[in-house]
Amino acid sequence: MSSRGPRLLEWKLGTVAELVQETPRVASLVLDVPEWHGHLAGQHVDVRLTADDGYQAQRSYSIASAPEDPRLAITVERLDDGEVSPYLVGEVRKGDKVELRGPIGGYFVWRATDDRPLLLIAGGSGIAPLMAMIRHRAAASSTTPTRLLYSSRSYDDVIYRAELERLASARDGLSVSHTLTRTQPSGWNGYSRRIDGVMLAEVAWPKERMPVIYICGPTPMVEAAASLLVDMGYDASSIKTERFGATGG
Amino acid sequence: MSFISRGFRGKRRDTAAAGRVPPGQYVVEDFPVLSAGPTPRIPVAEWNFVLEGEIDEPKKWTWDEFRKLPTEQVTKDIHCVTKWTKLDTAWTGVSVDTILDGVGTAAEYVVAFSYGGYTTNLPLEDVTGGKAWVAFEFDGQPLHPEHGGPARLLVPHLYFWKSAKWVRGLRLVNEDQPGFWESNGYNMYGDPWREQRYWGD
Amino acid sequence: MTVQQSDLTLDGNAIGGLLREIFTMEMTTAEGTCASCGRVAMVGEVVVYVNAPGTVVRCPSCDAVLMRIVQGRGKYWLDLTGVRCLVFSA
Repeated sequence: MSSRGPRLLEWKLGTVAELVQETPRVASLVLDVPEWHGHLAGQHVDVRLTADDGYQAQRSYSIASAPEDPRLAITVERLDDGEVSPYLVGEVRKGDKVELRGPIGGYFVWRATDDRPLLLIAGGSGIAPLMAMIRHRAAASSTTPTRLLYSSRSYDDVIYRAELERLASARDGLSVSHTLTRTQPSGWNGYSRRIDGVMLAEVAWPKERMPVIYICGPTPMVEAAASLLVDMGYDASSIKTERFGATGG
Repeated sequence: MSFISRGFRGKRRDTAAAGRVPPGQYVVEDFPVLSAGPTPRIPVAEWNFVLEGEIDEPKKWTWDEFRKLPTEQVTKDIHCVTKWTKLDTAWTGVSVDTILDGVGTAAEYVVAFSYGGYTTNLPLEDVTGGKAWVAFEFDGQPLHPEHGGPARLLVPHLYFWKSAKWVRGLRLVNEDQPGFWESNGYNMYGDPWREQRYWGD
Repeated sequence: MTVQQSDLTLDGNAIGGLLREIFTMEMTTAEGTCASCGRVAMVGEVVVYVNAPGTVVRCPSCDAVLMRIVQGRGKYWLDLTGVRCLVFSA
């Protein structure tokens, strides 16, 4: 499937089929989108909200569902001073319609036909497009060696925690490492600090394996991780980055 | 545009302060930070302000020299072309009239230019006669770099993109020369009351 | 509140939809050569400022302006003079 899609990107109305509370501040909206032409793991949609006085706000959200899934899922973190996220996580109900266009993006995509070792690095809600990749990998029954390093503030903030545990326990080549940067539950034996060179050296595929690397999360975290990997000798052209910013919530 | 998102309000938009809110604007309580590039970090020890162009002698002030000039405290409404308006903003700065005091020129326009490369153009008469300042304090505090500190131009009667952040000088010129935004779609003049946002408005 | 500079930047992925509107094709894999420093970067990798009166795209190496895009009154104003050459598949 080409990442190009139909020439013109049209706004469509998706219907909220399900709302999934992932963590206290994060929910996924599962949408039925008529005439959806499919997507590649890593792509996103633009969501547009219109108030009754015509005021509009638009944000981009990564598609968290696998291309194989007939429904589209986006995962939204509610920012208290945000404009769009408190609406999507808090106001929106099953049956509501959401205007969206997509899929968009050709740079930050992964296809299960790529069998190079895969390294995924996520910060907070940056897990969303990487989860699409992981779900796509599972749906395609791929055994591509895959490592996920996922940074969250606390145990309760880990999005898709149970599903990641289940997928990792399938022993099909996926391993998941977590780091909790603010608080850790008692008995925690994962990492408990921000991603640094030592952690990457322990978790990442050795550069001799020439992994393909996807990093997604807040801008500072993405840039720090990418710089560390380049300093460690990973080929910069094998590192793909997607920055989520605090640009309005 | 026919679809309305049920229950969506968006950020608080008050257009009720009639008479003070130009057409198409809404009032905000916060102070949005807009940025077209990396925030320059200029230590005041390295800061200069220059006056150049169609004048007999270019002039230059260091920060210390600049801060010895008479200052004014003004409270103004400001209007951003991205539609937010902020009422009663309090600034401290040096009036551009003070900066131009004693300077003879036949030029009719200025280009304000900034650390980081930003430029904007204005008619000279729109920065004189008590209409413009080089401001270094906002709300009684030194102006934060994100809002244009150490000093920014303040020209509240025009859209706020004319109030160049990180200003480092004014160049007097004979012809109006489009600056960063004016050369790429935004109006040469920018009067919010006539909603002059784009070319051709 | 002091806003960290890095909070205000995203990357070319964030303007995927906008560029798709303008070019009618996927552009995040297009490669541009910076007219200032010669760095070749994919659109997905460039630095994007979306909190401004227009969209400003800058070189990830030297910060020079690659593109400016303003939308208004039913038009796009597009300045690509910061890109010496833009390469994308037919």
